[in-house]
Amino acid sequence: MINMAELSKKHRSAESAQRLRKRKASQKRLVSYGILAITLSGMALATLLWSVLGKSAGALTEHHIQLEITLDADLIDVENIAQADFAKLTKNMLKSRFPFVSGRTDRREMNDIISAGAAYELRDLVTENPDMLGQTVAFDFLASDIADLYFKGAYGQIAPAPHQGELTLSVDGDRVSFIASTDDFAPYLAPSRARLLMRADELRIEAGLQENGRRVFTEQGNPAEAAKRETARDARIAEAEALEILAGQPDGFFEPDAFTSSIFLKLGQVWVQVETISANAGTGKILGDVESSIFAADEWQLLIYEDAPITRKVSDIQAILLENLREEGRVSKGINTHFFTSGDSREPELAGIWGAAVGSFWTMMVTIIFAFFIGVPAAIYLEEFARDNKFTRMVEININNLAAVPSIVFGLLGLSVFIGFMGMQRSSPIVGGMVLGIMTLPVIIIAARAAIKAVPPSIRDGALALGASDLQVSMHHVLPLSMPGILTGTILGMARALGETAPLIMIGMVAFIVDIPDGPTDNATVLPVQIFRWADFPERAFEARTAAAIVVLLAFLFAMNLTAILLRKRFERRW
Amino acid sequence: MKHTIITCMAILMAGPAFARDEIRIVGSSTVFPFATAVAEQFGRNPDFSTPIVESTGSGGGMKLFCAGVGETHPDIANASRRMKAKEFVQCQENGVDQIVEIIIGYDGIVIANALRGPKFSLTIEQLTLALAAQGPLPETWNDIDPSLPAIAIEVLGPPPSSGTRDAFEELVLQEGCETTDLVACEGISIREDGVYVDAGENDNLIVSKLETNPNALGIFGFSFLDQNYDVIKGASINGVEPEFDNILAGEYTISRSLYVYLKTAHIGMIPGLEAFMDEFTSDAASGEDGYLADKGLIPLDEAQFLQNVDAVRNLTSMSGDGLH
Repeated sequence: MINMAELSKKHRSAESAQRLRKRKASQKRLVSYGILAITLSGMALATLLWSVLGKSAGALTEHHIQLEITLDADLIDVENIAQADFAKLTKNMLKSRFPFVSGRTDRREMNDIISAGAAYELRDLVTENPDMLGQTVAFDFLASDIADLYFKGAYGQIAPAPHQGELTLSVDGDRVSFIASTDDFAPYLAPSRARLLMRADELRIEAGLQENGRRVFTEQGNPAEAAKRETARDARIAEAEALEILAGQPDGFFEPDAFTSSIFLKLGQVWVQVETISANAGTGKILGDVESSIFAADEWQLLIYEDAPITRKVSDIQAILLENLREEGRVSKGINTHFFTSGDSREPELAGIWGAAVGSFWTMMVTIIFAFFIGVPAAIYLEEFARDNKFTRMVEININNLAAVPSIVFGLLGLSVFIGFMGMQRSSPIVGGMVLGIMTLPVIIIAARAAIKAVPPSIRDGALALGASDLQVSMHHVLPLSMPGILTGTILGMARALGETAPLIMIGMVAFIVDIPDGPTDNATVLPVQIFRWADFPERAFEARTAAAIVVLLAFLFAMNLTAILLRKRFERRW
Repeated sequence: MKHTIITCMAILMAGPAFARDEIRIVGSSTVFPFATAVAEQFGRNPDFSTPIVESTGSGGGMKLFCAGVGETHPDIANASRRMKAKEFVQCQENGVDQIVEIIIGYDGIVIANALRGPKFSLTIEQLTLALAAQGPLPETWNDIDPSLPAIAIEVLGPPPSSGTRDAFEELVLQEGCETTDLVACEGISIREDGVYVDAGENDNLIVSKLETNPNALGIFGFSFLDQNYDVIKGASINGVEPEFDNILAGEYTISRSLYVYLKTAHIGMIPGLEAFMDEFTSDAASGEDGYLADKGLIPLDEAQFLQNVDAVRNLTSMSGDGLH
């Protein structure tokens, strides 16, 4: 007989209490691990979304510059508007608008503020409205990627600086010398001076390294090499000293260069690029029309572009032109329609995601038709009809293995079978869809078999008892009941296929395709390929577009999952 | 359901290719940014459709290009290295016996580090000593030369599959080993003890890694230095700074030629092929002030440029001599 008193004593003993505490503590630990894991993954997801969404914001807007252009009827053939050189027309228009921009480099930089595609947009507009010929029209030219980034503030900005004195000018051709009545420029020389000293410091560090070399080689008894280091050391020290002397002169002249802030004067509406400057005087290049005169303190402006030219893609002349245009109220900001409606382009401002999105759509259509309508019957056959023998077991093992094969192998298969043997077209969604379909097939078969297996035997027995044939049992009862599981598996497989790039390299879908595909046999690329390629381009403006393309891919995925959830809800049965 | 399956089968059977009216270009991912720019410009002409440019890598592109003549095969192959003798033979065997070879421009390979890191002035020999697997495998830069900074050697660069890495091995290691006894030239390659870090094919990624690690150096194409002067600076090589003009003048020695191969047999078969090559070799595209220079291509000198124009006009076939 059990002694209850004895037992309860045991359960209330100190040892027992400790064991209990231990058990509870381990349970608590498990729960906290779980919470920690979820928090961490939540944070990872939030960081990802934050960084992607944050970066993509820059791709949402674009800038246009409105300029009047004369559609000279002599230069454009009415019969053949499409062949006219609108690019040249645009360049000439800029040239006459900014006659002070001279020299090849400056002219090229001037032309670069307008997108290379703008002239072709104008061409298309005129082709549609031939009666515009001979008129002067105000056209919204798309800003280039550099101009766009400048307006968005990615390259810093030109800021006005306070000053008091009046300015005396003497103009000689397009050059001007100026003298201010007070030491207005002195504060802005400090950064230049600091930079000179910084460069001198760098040189001294380099000289120190050369000195190291000299010492080591002298110790090693290699006088030739030591002498070489000594020369190098002395050259650097001499250069550093020269810089230090220059920086030490209180009223010395500086020449702003690629490594220092740019300094501008604005006389009324006219800009002057400062070439040399001291505390109260300097010289510069006039960008506009101005005469020798005296400007009162409120008639001129001192402007500083703090970012040195070397650190920004937008040059001084471009910045001045863009500021000019902005002041005239010609610059407008709008939704980036190119991004959502165009195909690919090598120019960031013209590049769009629509081509890749449509390509992905067609590819996924082919994939789902191929994978779903082969995968599900295969699963039904294997689960409901096939006899359990060595052959079917072998098929089963192979299907499971196939699900783990690296995706690029399927690309090779597609290349040799669909393109090589069947002679289908490279870069088409139909081939891409079939390759991805084959890749997804095992996933769908495995998921479908599991879902079919989960249908209770009583359903089958009931149907059979009422006289249904095997086919009727499968089609009318088992399949509808297993549909939610099948759809889940399909969506998982499709989501993987949507993000795949590797197998598509082989079949030519990792390509630059400008035109929007009209159907599954047109040349196309897909979203992940687009992301992958944009991420690889050096132009900075592609960074925002890459992020925006990722957002589009996520939206695509979200839409697919939503469809699956809705379908699953529709088919869901409980028993 | 039945209809869907039938439709699906019908689509599947709608096999053999459709006559093609767009030019197809395959090949190097280094030439890709330039070939696409030309393709886009060419496609703006309403008479032609925009060529399709695939980024397959130089080797993969050659394989497709040399597979035969006909609409199913590409018309043009780009490569960031010269065609190999093996590939030339393969081309000949498959009936691709007339190929026009042109050099479209140069691509500088730069060694750069973060702005706040030390300024590096290196020589080809020092780079070889630092990175060759067959060399002394030094730990820090001042092990190589006492005049270099005393920091650990850490170099981020492209993986073995990359053409940039092949070019780096050829232009740096194979040159550098000639001048020093410490490195054997036989089968020279980049060291694999973790000092050289494989940073993937994406040069933008290398740039952003350099930003966070001031002591590391990175190896990548010149156009990426050109776009990122606000965060990185280039190392001078043999006393020459990696600048546009220096690469153009041939003074900066780590630069390679970029090749374009045209299948002559396709001229007349594919509409616009000749016009496309004219555009590619035009002054507006690959000339000194052409739009490809804006995209980071280092343009050819005058003589080489005229030779290209000539080769395209006369469709001069390459002989296959001098290939490796």
